[in-house]
Amino acid sequence: MNESAAEAKADATAAGGRSAPAAAGLNDTRHVGMGGVAGRGWWRLRRMARTSTFRLAAVYLVVFALSVAAVLSYTYWQAQRLLQAQVEQTIAADVRGIAEQYAINGLSGVIAVIRARMKKGVPGGLYLLTTPEGKPLAGNLSRLPPEVKGIERSGWVQFEITDTTSPRLRKRHVLGYYIRLEDGFHLIIGRDIEHLFQFRRVIRNILLWTLGLTALLGIGGGLLLSRNFLRRIDGITATVRTIRGGRLGQRVPVEGSGDELDRLAESLNDMLEQIERLMQGMREVSSNIAHDLKTPLTRLKAQAENALRAGDETQRQEALASTIAQADELLKTFNSLLLIARAEAGQARAGFSEVDVAEVAREIAELYEPIVEDEGGRFTLDAPQQARLMGDRQLIAQALVNLLDNALKYGRSKERPLEITVSVRQTPDEHVELVVADNGPGVPEDMREKVKERFVRLDKARTAPGSGLGLSLVASIARLHNGTLVLEDNHPGLRAVLRLPAGRRNAEEGNKGRADFPDKMERA
Amino acid sequence: MHILVIEDDREAAEWLLKGLREAGHVADLATTGPEGLKMAREGDYDVLIVDRMLPDMDGLTIVRTLREEGDQTPALFLSALGEVEDKVEGLRAGGDDYLAKPYSFSELLARIEVLGRRKTAEPVQTRLRVGDMEMDLLKRRVTRAGKEILLQPREFKLLEYLMRNAGNVVTRTMLLENVWNYHFDPQTNVIDVHISRLRGKIDKEFDKPMLHTVRGAGYVLKAPDE
Repeated sequence: MNESAAEAKADATAAGGRSAPAAAGLNDTRHVGMGGVAGRGWWRLRRMARTSTFRLAAVYLVVFALSVAAVLSYTYWQAQRLLQAQVEQTIAADVRGIAEQYAINGLSGVIAVIRARMKKGVPGGLYLLTTPEGKPLAGNLSRLPPEVKGIERSGWVQFEITDTTSPRLRKRHVLGYYIRLEDGFHLIIGRDIEHLFQFRRVIRNILLWTLGLTALLGIGGGLLLSRNFLRRIDGITATVRTIRGGRLGQRVPVEGSGDELDRLAESLNDMLEQIERLMQGMREVSSNIAHDLKTPLTRLKAQAENALRAGDETQRQEALASTIAQADELLKTFNSLLLIARAEAGQARAGFSEVDVAEVAREIAELYEPIVEDEGGRFTLDAPQQARLMGDRQLIAQALVNLLDNALKYGRSKERPLEITVSVRQTPDEHVELVVADNGPGVPEDMREKVKERFVRLDKARTAPGSGLGLSLVASIARLHNGTLVLEDNHPGLRAVLRLPAGRRNAEEGNKGRADFPDKMERA
Repeated sequence: MHILVIEDDREAAEWLLKGLREAGHVADLATTGPEGLKMAREGDYDVLIVDRMLPDMDGLTIVRTLREEGDQTPALFLSALGEVEDKVEGLRAGGDDYLAKPYSFSELLARIEVLGRRKTAEPVQTRLRVGDMEMDLLKRRVTRAGKEILLQPREFKLLEYLMRNAGNVVTRTMLLENVWNYHFDPQTNVIDVHISRLRGKIDKEFDKPMLHTVRGAGYVLKAPDE
């Protein structure tokens, strides 16, 4: 087990690693040709970009970028609105002040106010009063901006100026209120709003940088994630390939992080485990069939030949009758084999329904009690009123019958009269235990596991009739119900304990890991 | 009896026909589903033996079609699918009995003879009579030559089944299925013990036995003078 795990790991790194020809077989890179490292790098990148992880990362990235952009834009828009409103209010207040002066003192009043403002040095304040021809009378602007031409009487105007006070002649944005005075004079009261434009630029830069970084991180992260993902998928693929190559012992590497890939790997391993077990079972069965059916078939043939040769009619009749009996035994063996195959394949689970094991025990006990009594033995049944579980009634009955047949056949001893006890018990851990106990010679401890295998019999000489399939069918039926068959010492005798889960949960768990090829064997 | 066998495996079919004819029946063969359906519709058969798995038409379909058309000819399914749920499916489709391959011929013969009698089914009975034995199904009372025989409930059921099929061989498997409702091969002859107990009650005190063992097949209950 350790060895194969190590092998699997080595395979995985070989397939995912950088130095090995990455796509050994399945994804042939040779067509990339002379492109060499660059070509391969590109191919690898494209392969990573095609993974679902990468796509997910990309979608996430777009969504994230869009929401960042939306949030920033909204913030910017709100701030911009607020700032602009502030500027407008300041200008409006200024306009009201100058308008008052104009109303009282006329043009000279306006000029006086402007000059006073200039002297006081209003930060960012821009003023201009010109004659109707555009000749400046007062203020710190050199000329009327062309933008005022379209304005009828008064209104907001936005324009650019060149700042001559700064040595670098920077262009600045201005928001102003333009008024055409009654005698044709032009008045502009404005404020430098360059800081608003700066704010806009900063926000735009933040936006661009954020988007750029997000994209970079997103793509990088996506590639990194998908590389990790691909490496593990490649590990699984590599294992599957070696298994297809005939090495059934291989297992998919599990990293132990318990993530979805680990879960996938684990269920794949479970499946492989079952396939391997079934394959082994098949191999065993076919060799066992070959071996164990040969003897009775040879005997059958000999008896048929005897019948053919027999001189008188009674002899012939007898030989034929025993041929038929022999054939019947063979048929029974086959039926048992088919039943085991069915039980092992797990298909019978589809037909599970509620079964009262206590009732089954009572009915079968009624069927068997007379036989035990006729043999001079004693039969005891100890069952509760009810013991329900999800299962197959016929198969549970079959299991009980096989155990009883065994007790009848092998439970006898010369020292004491035969005593068979059947008991049904509900355990606190939600199981039903069906126990068949006898007081015969029992089964030696080292053979208790062995006798559950197909065709294994304690009676090496095979004098007693039987196929050696009885207990292995019971074990199969136990497995089908997710239960166990345990053989114990009854001091003296054998105590066979069939332990079946009674909870609904247990019955459902049984649905994992089915395989159906023994069924094909059956039809073949 | 007139029997139709619908079976695609020629070798198995020939063997079946030979056996049926030797047992005194008239048997016809259809090797495909549609042919079988046609023959079953046109001919007057007492029993149909239908293979469950036919290449062109499922055995279930044939019987279901016949039942839908009102044809109640008893049908027995033969199948390699010897599982209980397959059996239930077969019976639900309108089959009357189900036998899993590999089967023994005596088992098949016993079953179709019981089926063939069912065609001329008696109305619901409350009384069964075979020779001088009488069973009152309502009072759960059995008498032979006027003398009451006390039976356990299961023995009563066993005798009832034997009486309903009086004159026909019933196999151990048939008894296990119909009296105990279990479908398995008992390795030990559990049925024999129950038969011998029943025999002790119904035959022991009388001159002529009614319950006979048929070697290699099963048992038959018949009136002493038959």
